[in-house]
Amino acid sequence: MIPLAFQRAEAVEQALAALSPACRPVAGGTNLLDLMKLQIMQPPALLDINRLPLDAIEVADDGGLRLGATARNADTAYHPLVSRDYPLLTAAILAGASPQIRNMASNGGNLLQRTRCSYFYDHATPCNKRDPGSGCSAHGGLTKYHAILGGSEHCIATHPSDMCVALAALEARVHVRSARGERVIAFGDFHRLPGDTPDRDSTLAPDELIVHLALPPAPQFVAHSAYLKIRERLSYAFALVSVAAALDIGEDGRIREARLALGGVAHKPWRRADAEALLAGATPGREAFEAAAERLLAGAQVDGQNAFKPVLARRTVVRALEAATAGTIDNRGHRPEAAA
Amino acid sequence: MSASHALHDDAALLRPPPTLQVHLRINGQAHTLEVETWTSLLDLLRERLLLTGTKKGCDHGQCGACTVLVDGRRINSCLTLAVMQDGADIVTVEGLADGERLHPLQQAFIDHDAFQCGYCTPGQLCSAQGLINEGQAHDRDQVRELMSGNICRCGAYPQITDAVLSVLRQDAGSPAGQDDDRGGPRHWTPGTVPA
Repeated sequence: MIPLAFQRAEAVEQALAALSPACRPVAGGTNLLDLMKLQIMQPPALLDINRLPLDAIEVADDGGLRLGATARNADTAYHPLVSRDYPLLTAAILAGASPQIRNMASNGGNLLQRTRCSYFYDHATPCNKRDPGSGCSAHGGLTKYHAILGGSEHCIATHPSDMCVALAALEARVHVRSARGERVIAFGDFHRLPGDTPDRDSTLAPDELIVHLALPPAPQFVAHSAYLKIRERLSYAFALVSVAAALDIGEDGRIREARLALGGVAHKPWRRADAEALLAGATPGREAFEAAAERLLAGAQVDGQNAFKPVLARRTVVRALEAATAGTIDNRGHRPEAAA
Repeated sequence: MSASHALHDDAALLRPPPTLQVHLRINGQAHTLEVETWTSLLDLLRERLLLTGTKKGCDHGQCGACTVLVDGRRINSCLTLAVMQDGADIVTVEGLADGERLHPLQQAFIDHDAFQCGYCTPGQLCSAQGLINEGQAHDRDQVRELMSGNICRCGAYPQITDAVLSVLRQDAGSPAGQDDDRGGPRHWTPGTVPA
């Protein structure tokens, strides 16, 4: 790492005045410092935001939850209100990274982590995300972790987060501040598709700071949700495909409302309103689940070595929906009867 | 890339390295140190304070050999800057034993033959203490999953799990970890559907 200017922010206003393309916020640092060691990201200055009062997890006025930007992923996953009211989020966070990294990584940082595309990490290969205009080496290459939906000729990288897949399904909102004011970003609008500017992962401006995430009330999904992650080893690996599934099942046994988000397949968590709409009013079962999976994967494009991914994704959607029909899995290791 | 620009910026090379003062409590001892801002906590421990028990395996947060306890929580010391830990209370593997008396986890690792080469062991021990502090592991599957941030190339995982479970049982005074035998899904791992 090269010599680095470093300052600690003591107040939010001070932080907002300092943020710029050259001065980046650091909370956990688990991804940013790693990329700095590799000289993939080289901000000349870091602003430590850990002393800002942004780590609360508290009930919001609408009955939902506010998750502070600097609250740690582990503290979020195990928070009694999160695990009681949003077990899908607990499940997704605990499926990601390792206990050590979850203890360090912040909620805001989880959203802002970069892709794990191997070409992005390799200075010897062109990469439009690392070095705009240089080209994309992933096409036709080692693509098991790459996008099959929403990619472009310029980039087929995926967003690597598990947490964000659940946040997308739960329709979280991202509250950001800058010296110019505050704004609220719908989760589906936070991350971008690559298009011809894959160097931009999100719609966050360089002078903006995530202050908290807002989860709308979601009691209808508490009894039926699952985060299913398929990977090459059983733990501590990125997803080939992951699925966040949440169902609201009525007393007549039919689905009133469904949420479905895919990870590991696109530059952002992948949702389709028309796939979820296919499930509304349906009787839970393989026929309805396969139809929703087919719709969610519509337009999938394989590239290089990832011809298996649309098939795997469709099957994983069906299995996740079957698991959610049966109950709720929070990935804390409780037996199903204890988790229900 | 900006890296090469910076490296060829002679003015930047001639400037004295930026340093900051940090106060750290390490294995019970207070330290006030002037630290170059880009120094990882791991490099501070090993290179400056010569606490070389903490290992630099991958330096990228993938192996867990650098695990230490910060205010009782396990973290990868390679992925944080020392200047970000100002005011922290840090315990490394050197701080686990009570004088000549081994920490219960150290004794359990010996009793259960939980290492061969020993390189990952300092990180495994600190990680296991962090796992116990967190209180989220109660059976074998949970210990396996929640120790997964520590790689052991010798493959001593079954013995490491036995050692951690034995200390968990001592702490709880109950047969934690033996409930595998009560039935229910085995080989649980997050994100999978229990069979």
